[in-house]
Amino acid sequence: MGDPSGGAAPADWPLYEVFIRSRSGLEHKHVGSLHAADARMAVEHARDVYTRRQEGVSIWVVRSADIVASDPADAEALFEPARDKVYRHPTFYAIPDEVKNL
Amino acid sequence: MYTQALDTHGREPVPAAEGAGPAARFQARIDADEKIEPKDWMPEAYRQTLIRQISQHAHSEIVGMLPEGNWITRAPTLRRKAVLIAKVQDEGGHGMYLYSAAETLGVSRAQLIEQLLSGAAKYSSIFNYPTLTWADVGAIGWLVDGAAIMNQIPICRCSYGPYARAMVRICKEESFHQRQGFEIMLTLAQGSAAQHAMAQDALNRWWWPSIMMFGPSDGDSRHTAQSMAWKIKRFSNDELRQKFIDVTVPQAQFLGLTIPDPRLRWDEATQHFQIGPIDWSEFYAVLKGNGPCNRERLEARRAADAAGAWVREAAAAYAAKHGGRAPAGASHG
Ligand SMILES: [Fe+2]
Ligand SMILES: [Fe+2]
Repeated sequence: MGDPSGGAAPADWPLYEVFIRSRSGLEHKHVGSLHAADARMAVEHARDVYTRRQEGVSIWVVRSADIVASDPADAEALFEPARDKVYRHPTFYAIPDEVKNL
Repeated sequence: MYTQALDTHGREPVPAAEGAGPAARFQARIDADEKIEPKDWMPEAYRQTLIRQISQHAHSEIVGMLPEGNWITRAPTLRRKAVLIAKVQDEGGHGMYLYSAAETLGVSRAQLIEQLLSGAAKYSSIFNYPTLTWADVGAIGWLVDGAAIMNQIPICRCSYGPYARAMVRICKEESFHQRQGFEIMLTLAQGSAAQHAMAQDALNRWWWPSIMMFGPSDGDSRHTAQSMAWKIKRFSNDELRQKFIDVTVPQAQFLGLTIPDPRLRWDEATQHFQIGPIDWSEFYAVLKGNGPCNRERLEARRAADAAGAWVREAAAAYAAKHGGRAPAGASHG
């Protein structure tokens, strides 16, 4: 991808985010990213880069440009409202010790 | 492998004129041991420091494949050959993880490769030494990967999330690198007189360059204080170097090999091994491009880049023809 002639660096291949299912029964988890010319190459590269030690049984790749993410600046607006709703957790409720199986 | 403290180079980071508000909040998050993620606000100097450090580290992994790759065709057994291929492939993978981490800071992969190929970027000085014998492959795994592990374990707790995560993955893979190197040294050290001598010769040549991998002494290191405040760095160069010496000297004794330092001694008062003076002029000469293999290493990278150009062009043309989609058979599941 470099240009030994010293000109401006050429454009990169698209960036893909890689998700790996480590074994059946578990969800795919984000492990990193890589560049590839197309989706099939992204899967092949993901195999070489992220599963050299049987880290996975399944690979997803997604074009990074296709991911829509929340803005860190909105974190308060998005997540703050849940803070004072502790009654959504079972520990909020006081139950006498002698009551069992609850 | 391989990170090296190259912190005598590059400009001193200029603490922010970006306004006390966000800068103070940023430092408060760092002080509270929160991780910084790519889209979070960060001082420009923090970003530039990380881009420099992570990309130097990535380049080191990539160039680091060359000295050992030199011995793949001549590994003494099929087992050794399979192991060496796996190790060299890991180092390539480490380079990939780290380039990805650097890219989250807003620099492109192509720019980073360009900086390596043009000679503008720095990489660890250790890879500008030649691998003259098979024992060098053992010495590299044992000493160079060993030093790299010492450097890298604290970076697993670095304040920048993508760098820390890449480093966790790398550290998991490094320990096999060091153990296979030690095993080679052990086999040679316990072998014939000629094999023992070959192991000793490798130790003689790799010891001091490995010691220098930790970078300049604390008094001469310019970025340490700021990097510590940002929790990019957790220990000083000299602290890490001392840890490495303390664990490695007994290993050399076990091998029955002699560390090439007549002044080396156990210091009862400090409970540390004390080494003789380091020849820093050699370190700076290698870093400036005057090591035994600097030119050869860059030429090898440029040749690989040029030889792969037609493959990249063909792949891009194929992708354009198929609209970037995988042909049938690779659906999700
Ligand atoms: Fe590595
Ligand atoms: Fe390594």
